[in-house]
Amino acid sequence: MSIDLSQFHQVFFEESFEGLDIMESSLLALDLSEVDSEMINTIFRAAHSIKGGAGTFGFMQVSSFTHVVETLLDEIRGGERSIEQEHVDLFLLCVDCLRGLMTDLQAGTEPDMSQADELKAKFEAILAGESPDAANSESIEAKAEGSENTSAADDTSDIGWKVEFIPCEDVLCTGNEPYRMFRELQDLAEAENGSVEVVPHLERLPEFSKMHPEMCYLSWTIFVRAAIELSDIEEIFEWVVDDCDIRYQRLADADLSSIEAHHSPDTEETSDQAEAVAADNNNENVSVEETSEIDVAISETPAEKIEQVTEKLAQAVTQQAKKETSVAPAKAPSKTAAKAAENTSIRVSIDKIDGLINMVGELVITQSMLGQLGQEFDVSRIQRLQEGLSQLEQNTRELQESVMKIRMLPISFAFSRFPRLVRDLSKQLDKEVDLVMLGESTELDKTVMEKIGDPLVHLVRNSLDHGLESAEERTANGKSSAGTITLNAYHHGGNIVIEVKDDGAGLNKDRIRNKAIEKGLISDDEVLSDSQVYDLIFQPGFSTADVVSDVSGRGVGMDVVRRNIAELNGSIDVTSTPGKGSLFSIRLPLTLAILDGQLVKVGEEVYIFPLVSIVESIQLEKSMLNNITGNQYVMQLRNDYIPIICLQDIFNIDLEKKDLEGAMLVVVEGDNEKIGIVVDELLGQQQVVIKSLEQNYQKVDSISGATILGDGTVALIVDISGLNNRPLDKNSDDQTQAA
Amino acid sequence: MTNAAQQTNNDVSPGSGSEDEQQYLTFIMAGEEYGVDILAVQEIRGWEATTVVPNAPDYIKGVINLRGTIVPIMDLRSRFNLERVEYSPVTVVIILKVETERGERVMGIVVDAVSDVHSISDSDTRNSPELIEDLNTEFIRSLVSIDDNMIILLDVQRLLTIDKQLLNLAADVAADNE
Repeated sequence: MSIDLSQFHQVFFEESFEGLDIMESSLLALDLSEVDSEMINTIFRAAHSIKGGAGTFGFMQVSSFTHVVETLLDEIRGGERSIEQEHVDLFLLCVDCLRGLMTDLQAGTEPDMSQADELKAKFEAILAGESPDAANSESIEAKAEGSENTSAADDTSDIGWKVEFIPCEDVLCTGNEPYRMFRELQDLAEAENGSVEVVPHLERLPEFSKMHPEMCYLSWTIFVRAAIELSDIEEIFEWVVDDCDIRYQRLADADLSSIEAHHSPDTEETSDQAEAVAADNNNENVSVEETSEIDVAISETPAEKIEQVTEKLAQAVTQQAKKETSVAPAKAPSKTAAKAAENTSIRVSIDKIDGLINMVGELVITQSMLGQLGQEFDVSRIQRLQEGLSQLEQNTRELQESVMKIRMLPISFAFSRFPRLVRDLSKQLDKEVDLVMLGESTELDKTVMEKIGDPLVHLVRNSLDHGLESAEERTANGKSSAGTITLNAYHHGGNIVIEVKDDGAGLNKDRIRNKAIEKGLISDDEVLSDSQVYDLIFQPGFSTADVVSDVSGRGVGMDVVRRNIAELNGSIDVTSTPGKGSLFSIRLPLTLAILDGQLVKVGEEVYIFPLVSIVESIQLEKSMLNNITGNQYVMQLRNDYIPIICLQDIFNIDLEKKDLEGAMLVVVEGDNEKIGIVVDELLGQQQVVIKSLEQNYQKVDSISGATILGDGTVALIVDISGLNNRPLDKNSDDQTQAA
Repeated sequence: MTNAAQQTNNDVSPGSGSEDEQQYLTFIMAGEEYGVDILAVQEIRGWEATTVVPNAPDYIKGVINLRGTIVPIMDLRSRFNLERVEYSPVTVVIILKVETERGERVMGIVVDAVSDVHSISDSDTRNSPELIEDLNTEFIRSLVSIDDNMIILLDVQRLLTIDKQLLNLAADVAADNE
């Protein structure tokens, strides 16, 4: 009955990481002056399930480590101990440590236990009633004493428990494996330098012919010789306690000597016999299975001696199982490592799934309705056909939206790491920081979310390190001593906007400028607008920090941030007020898969403009046009001068030069810059599925992707911000001069 | 070891079914016969109109929709600087597929006509003379003679990776922009 447990490992890791996240966020939310017991319970539950899972899957390093964590939590939960700041710090370290262990295990490498052991020692010290700092030296001593303890274990052999464990017959069917419990007991005991002896009883064993392979007929008496709390043992049997008859007895109370007498003298003799029996069996019938071996043994030897045979078999099985467990991790790594890369999963709320099922139901109804209509169609029913088709369209759209929603997760997934980050960083930098998070329930595509995490971390780190001043500086400038960093997310049109705002000193324009000149990014006499100066911080190799700190200031940050965001078809802007703070705002598409597009025609080709970037479409009149510097035209639109470009020029489409007067102009906005694009014709609007052009070809300037139109032909999607960045240098100069 | 193996193969059944033989699909272009590894051929299609990709090199005719994937089409004549011909209904597009480090890559090549399938043993192929160091020779893996006709075997992997020059060019442009 061997199940390949490794198939569940992925789930275990995911759940454990979730558990760790819960522990972390609850720990951070914990208000020490007024401890919420429910919060402690939450932390405890998370730790407990990690421990349980780790035990089941044989990750003993994790379970034994989590065990001590849990013990302390349990004492806090039970009110035996009040939670202190040092505990919280220690727990947070544990969360990190566990995360490290778990990542190693997931990757299939042997985890590094040094940190865990150190932390474990601290915990044990706390549990023993000492302060965690004193623990380090203690732990070394404890280790040194370890060997002595084993020999001393004999003296403590009367400490421990006798457990009579009589499971009901179908205990195996409920997924409980007694062997696992014994192993857990053994680990528990070994942790205390004790030992476990398991004595099986065969009274309930039926005749072989009546034996059911999935039933458990054995019962056991277990001698746990170690200084373990009864509650710890009870916990191991927690899952089966309802299906079993379990009796606990203190070993000191039980007649220990008689037990010893009963067992040790017999052992040699009976085992000799058992071996003989086994040997006989081997001679007669080499290929007998283990169970039948038991059976033969039963029929030939007196019941007393059978015990030893079964014990031997149990040992053999144990060894085999051990082999299996040791083999499993060895072959797992290559597989899991590969899996970890691709096999990411997503948790979807049941509501979304139900909605989806409803939608599919409606779709099926519409389909059958249309099918019926098609079978007996005549011209008089054309109206019904049209109705049906519009219903189909609606169904499709709804279905599409709900499918997209499955990929949507609240942005709190990306935000959740920040409280911890800010807490640690502010300690490290000795700054007081309040973190405010708004719009956490704003939903965002999972892929986008995964890719936005690192850029956000960069921004928050930067704000903390460079943006916020030290407490003294702040009070000197008449601000509250604690700085505030605000993370905000909201929908804006078809985009999601994520803002990182600080109330620090703001960007130092002169310093940025000087730095840029020093780095040769701009020339000495270049005239730049404020936003152009701020834009310089996104240049590769740019850093204004005078001292490269651990936190930030290597100058690799901001250009990577911008590049990552650009990869998501998003953009980043920075605004800053000296003395008041700076605001980084990231604009991202909601999803990477579908977009609302405006189809336009240039020559014979159809291009698609993302609808969200279109401001308006107008027909050019001569009065609107101003010619500056020869071929370059700008147009006055209300208070703005907008550069006009022809798509056919940018895309080098071989067409006659167009007369701008009377031409169709689409005004688009990307990267906060408006431009007018001249096209031949406006076609319809439709939702298009974005297909990658890079997969088989390569990145094309000013094109963000391709899609397939209703007639099966390919249309290219115009990348507005890409288009905007191409002539930006030239045009913006023109623009500033014109304005 | 390999020599011995080839020896036996040659002794037993010269030219048929030996293990190091590969099948090649050959096609005609400007009177010459070219071959590509048949395992790299996904399908053969007729020419259809493409969507032009802006600022693409002139040998990229554009992209087509191949059952939902966007596949670029390369004109092999203009890739090899051969004289252009009008496309006709019998013009053939061979869809090639190779594994690259970035995953599977699919591309179509426009050729004059598909010719034959040959089994060619590696030992029969000859390296192309290294006389002409030019971009196009790097697509040629080897030459082979079948019935006194020379077949040019192409390196599909190289052919499908848009050449480095182009990528460098793009990088230069990007650098200029910044």
